[in-house]
Amino acid sequence: MRVIQFREAIREAMNEEMRRDENVFLMGEEVAEYNGAYKVSQGMLDEFGPNRVYDTPIAELGFAGLGVGAGMNGLRPIIEFMTFNFSLVAIDQIINSSAKMLAMSGGQYSVPIVFRGPTGSAGQLGATHSSNFENWFANTPGLKVVVPSTPYDAKGLLKASIRDNDPVIFMESEMMYNDKGEVPEGEYLLPIGVADIKRKGKDVTIISFGKAMKIALEAAEELAKDGIEAEVIDLRTVRPIDYATCLESVKKTNRCVVVEEANPLAAISSELTYHIQRNAFDYLDAPVIRVNSMDIPLSFSAPYIEATLPNVKRTLEAVKQVMYKK
Amino acid sequence: MSSSSKKSKTLDPEKGQHLFYQMLLIRRFEDKSAEQYTKGKIRGFLHLYVGEEAVAVGVIQALTEEDNILSTYREHGHALARGMEPGGIMAEMYGKQEGCSRGRGGSMHLFDASRRFFGGNAIVCSHLPMAVGMALASKKQKKNQITCCFFGEGAAAEGEFHEAMNLAALWEVPVLFVCENNQYAMGTAIQYSHAVLEIEKKGAAYGIESTAVNGMDLMAVMDATDKAVDKIRKTGKPYFLVCNTYRFRSHSMFDAELYRDKKEVEEWKKADPIPAFQDYLLKQKLITKTELEKISARVDKEVQEAIDFAEAGTWEPLEDLTKFVYSEK
Repeated sequence: MRVIQFREAIREAMNEEMRRDENVFLMGEEVAEYNGAYKVSQGMLDEFGPNRVYDTPIAELGFAGLGVGAGMNGLRPIIEFMTFNFSLVAIDQIINSSAKMLAMSGGQYSVPIVFRGPTGSAGQLGATHSSNFENWFANTPGLKVVVPSTPYDAKGLLKASIRDNDPVIFMESEMMYNDKGEVPEGEYLLPIGVADIKRKGKDVTIISFGKAMKIALEAAEELAKDGIEAEVIDLRTVRPIDYATCLESVKKTNRCVVVEEANPLAAISSELTYHIQRNAFDYLDAPVIRVNSMDIPLSFSAPYIEATLPNVKRTLEAVKQVMYKK
Repeated sequence: MSSSSKKSKTLDPEKGQHLFYQMLLIRRFEDKSAEQYTKGKIRGFLHLYVGEEAVAVGVIQALTEEDNILSTYREHGHALARGMEPGGIMAEMYGKQEGCSRGRGGSMHLFDASRRFFGGNAIVCSHLPMAVGMALASKKQKKNQITCCFFGEGAAAEGEFHEAMNLAALWEVPVLFVCENNQYAMGTAIQYSHAVLEIEKKGAAYGIESTAVNGMDLMAVMDATDKAVDKIRKTGKPYFLVCNTYRFRSHSMFDAELYRDKKEVEEWKKADPIPAFQDYLLKQKLITKTELEKISARVDKEVQEAIDFAEAGTWEPLEDLTKFVYSEK
């Protein structure tokens, strides 16, 4: 199968959907003339022209709200944030306007819109450019939140997100755009809300999503060297969460570690941990352990970053803890 | 302040009487709403439009059924002027499923897709960029459709106002921004919140054609809006209309109005748009005293019917609690 970059997979999804449906358009900072701050939208202006690919002024609140209105009046906007760190400026439009419109209007107005861009840390960018917002948005009913970890998943899920009639938050990572993966030629869609078992195993379940999946898979490799077979689940979507796949795995392995880059309080991992203890209590041979960022703003300092973010070492320690191994 | 004498066109009796009916309906509907609120029938926040009727009625008469309207949390007047059913609005404020938003929105979130009424937007200024997006959609889909967006002068202090203005001008979209400057952002007088009191000047910064009009004068509002709408349809570009007006009642039902002088309120009440328009209609012989009485009786009857409709309304069943969080397939 052909191998393409994560950014190319996202671009292909947008290109295909824009060719398929003239109501789809892309809008965001630097998406057109500059060809994308991270070159995700490279070539799109050339193909679709300025009436389908809009460079915006630096006005996140304004263009996010504009997207909501366009969605309510017949279009299917893709709103790109250069990073979700900047979506905070636009969060009123995402939460109050897009997510609540259908409910508040008694079912009269849906908002088909995709807000997409990178989330989380991306090297030494300082605290303002390093937050994870997956759990923030997942906390809001009315939104769907997709956080893929491979080019294949990204393409199929983004296409499904663009066709969805409700607002979708689609989160990527600057650190993943260069990642390569197998993506078949031709069209396919992946369902929102379905997890994927990226590695089969029987001894312990490791659940993760997005960029942190790399840590989970690398840890599983290491564990395999010691004869421990970890089952690695990629949530792919954090709202809705595919609890069933997680529970089924935990009932088999009886042990679980959740790896997530976000800060620990009210995180996706805490939510998962609650569900697992609530619904698989009798199957657990050890308390579920979470591996999150430290509960501090991410520093610029390289050694501090290393000490703050989840990593393979901490994940291995957590696995050994739930397996009562030294 | 400009006056009725500046009007550029004449009214036929039928239209004149209809506009008078609409203003009176809004006035009495709002007065009755206040009454129902004190009885505990309407709960939550309630912001009344009394005093500002000439703006909603004067602006909306210039729009077609294809046009879109977005409003604020003080939107009963716009909803009624748009022709939404008084019963549906009252039932919404009662929280009944017969309400225009199924009782899920309340006073601040009135919606009616059949009349292209897009709220009831209760976060100040949030609907301005939405209006620009709706207008962009009309333009892209080559529809002959204007989007009309009402907001208060309080919203003009938001950064979002400036972002929306810039985007509307940048992408030349057919949007009519209507600022209802009622002099107070809740309890904060305009001189305490704006460095430049002539709100229309803010449109000029974005190259948007802007006009201010006496919002207490129905004919002046109509005239200004007719011209604005005509301009938008011809050019496809945004237009900014500031209607200087005043609310006679408090900001909301919780407001003791300690921030403004009673004399000031009394002074503005002399400019009440309803008796002024009534006098105009009588003078121009566009209405008779008998016809006035008929309209008054019709309004009273319709307001009472709205109450009866809301009273007879039912709660949405609990089984439907989780509906409309996501679209149905």
